[in-house]
Amino acid sequence: MIDSVLETNELTREFGRLTAVDRVSFAVRPGEVFGLLGPNGAGKTTTIKMLTTLLPPTSGEARVAQFDVRRQPNQARRVIGYVPQLISVDGQVTGYENLWVFARLYRIPHEEREARIREALEFMGLTAFRDVLVKNYSGGMIRRLEIAQAMMHRPHVLFMDEPTVGLDPLARDAVWAQIELLRRTYGTSVVLTTHYMEEADHLCDRVGILHRGRLVALDTPAALKASLGRVDGSLEDVFVHYAGEEVELGGAYREAGRTRRAAVRRQ
Amino acid sequence: MPPSAVSEPVVRFPADPGVGSAIRGAFGQLTTVVAYEARKLAHDPTELLLRAVQPALWLVVFGSVFTKVHAIPTGSLTYLQFLTPGILAQSVLFVAIFYGIATIRERELGIVTKFLVSPTPRVVLVGGRTLSASLRGFSQAVIVFLLALALGVTLDWSVVTVVGVFLAIILGSALFAALSMIIASLVKTQERFLGIGQLMTMPLFFASNAIYPISIMPAWLRAVTYVNPLTYLVDALRQLMIPGAGGMFPAGVDLGVLAAVALMLIWVESRLYPRMAQ
Ligand SMILES: Nc1ncnc2c1ncn2[C@@H]1O[C@H](COP(=O)(O)OP(=O)(O)OP(=O)(O)O)[C@@H](O)[C@H]1O
Ligand SMILES: [Mg+2]
Repeated sequence: MIDSVLETNELTREFGRLTAVDRVSFAVRPGEVFGLLGPNGAGKTTTIKMLTTLLPPTSGEARVAQFDVRRQPNQARRVIGYVPQLISVDGQVTGYENLWVFARLYRIPHEEREARIREALEFMGLTAFRDVLVKNYSGGMIRRLEIAQAMMHRPHVLFMDEPTVGLDPLARDAVWAQIELLRRTYGTSVVLTTHYMEEADHLCDRVGILHRGRLVALDTPAALKASLGRVDGSLEDVFVHYAGEEVELGGAYREAGRTRRAAVRRQ
Repeated sequence: MPPSAVSEPVVRFPADPGVGSAIRGAFGQLTTVVAYEARKLAHDPTELLLRAVQPALWLVVFGSVFTKVHAIPTGSLTYLQFLTPGILAQSVLFVAIFYGIATIRERELGIVTKFLVSPTPRVVLVGGRTLSASLRGFSQAVIVFLLALALGVTLDWSVVTVVGVFLAIILGSALFAALSMIIASLVKTQERFLGIGQLMTMPLFFASNAIYPISIMPAWLRAVTYVNPLTYLVDALRQLMIPGAGGMFPAGVDLGVLAAVALMLIWVESRLYPRMAQ
């Protein structure tokens, strides 16, 4: 019986002398929304890049839908969807064309292709903008288009690296609602990273906290909060407890830069 | 745990589709990458038109002047006849070299990452990108043929010529685009690439038979032209396009050399390309 769609075992990645991800082991259950939290540079994106076959691990292993990311990368790629940390769609073509290209690269059968594209656009509320060049989309629309693209082939696991960064509260709510709907409709497991603790609390069944490449905590938000032994403990407090002093430092600047870049990228 | 739970997995994972399906799929993916480029060009064709300027200058100004002064010995051919295939090859080179920059741009836009997480074999992604370069090469060919017509250059218009030129442009574009993408994968930034791109295209162009026959070159330069892929592209195009033009090698040999080098470079780049997302 398959009780996990994703498993890592002592997953490690070094960059020169820096160990960005350090012997990380966890499993994600089918239909689960799993949050990876941690301060800037904790190793969240590096972990996701290894799980999405983009970056070879230095040691350890990872399986997605039973496929070893190192030995069976092409099979693993068929069952994962990825929304990268930085905005990543092509502004020079329309929303429809962006989806069309990936529908074909993912080998969605010809007879289903148009229906899937229509459904993905509908699901993400982009039907009215299908023929608009993406460079004229707003940041929130781009994020939604990326999610539409990443779910079109019905992945078993959808990886989302800071899916709501730079979005206004309304757009963020829309993304949250879509993540919920995705899980309910298709049973998709979601692995997401975020710096917003309320977001993790609201969306995630379980969260793992990374700190300097180590997985220092792993449980449901409720259990983690309870473990602090305080009545009114928030996930924020859990984060500070495990990731310590670095929370406020650095993050704001990098995030601001990233959001601005995201805006520039649309040109 | 009851045995029924063992036989009924929570999620069903897709079976491996097998080799036959993978090959059919790879072909579809290849055409998709090329079609994607075609869509982009359709949305913004201004670049194609702007690219007409350079071959026009070379043929109209440089070509006309040198035809008058008879400074370059081109045997039975007029200098403009000699020059026309060279300028077409030059256009193919300049267009294809641009693909390295395009790849760096796509990396910065995160599009390379999206391509690489899709279940598309690396060699198909790279092959598709290099073939995309030939789309622009074709539009350059149309421009050069029209210019030649306007300038009264006698060209061969047979089916063999058209098919041969088509093939030569595909191979030449793929070769130089792959070369350019290899450099892009190594240097990764636009600034560094621009420097190297400049440094590379000019020698490729001048150390070839594009604008003068190699017979007038000093021996050392002639040796260089033999290892310059552009020479083989020019040699093929010249024999195909110009009635009565002799070649250094039979056109088939030229095309074979271009194909072999292009495939090798595509293979190398398919190893390097994944670095663009690390
Ligand atoms: N390609 C790379 N080469 C060298 N070092 C890298 C590379 N990618 C990441 N690192 C380093 O690895 C560490 C982990 O980076 P990573 O991007 O995984 O962090 P993160 O948790 O995603 O941070 P953020 O919240 O800022 O996105 C950082 O110290 C980073 O500088
Ligand atoms: Mg990150």
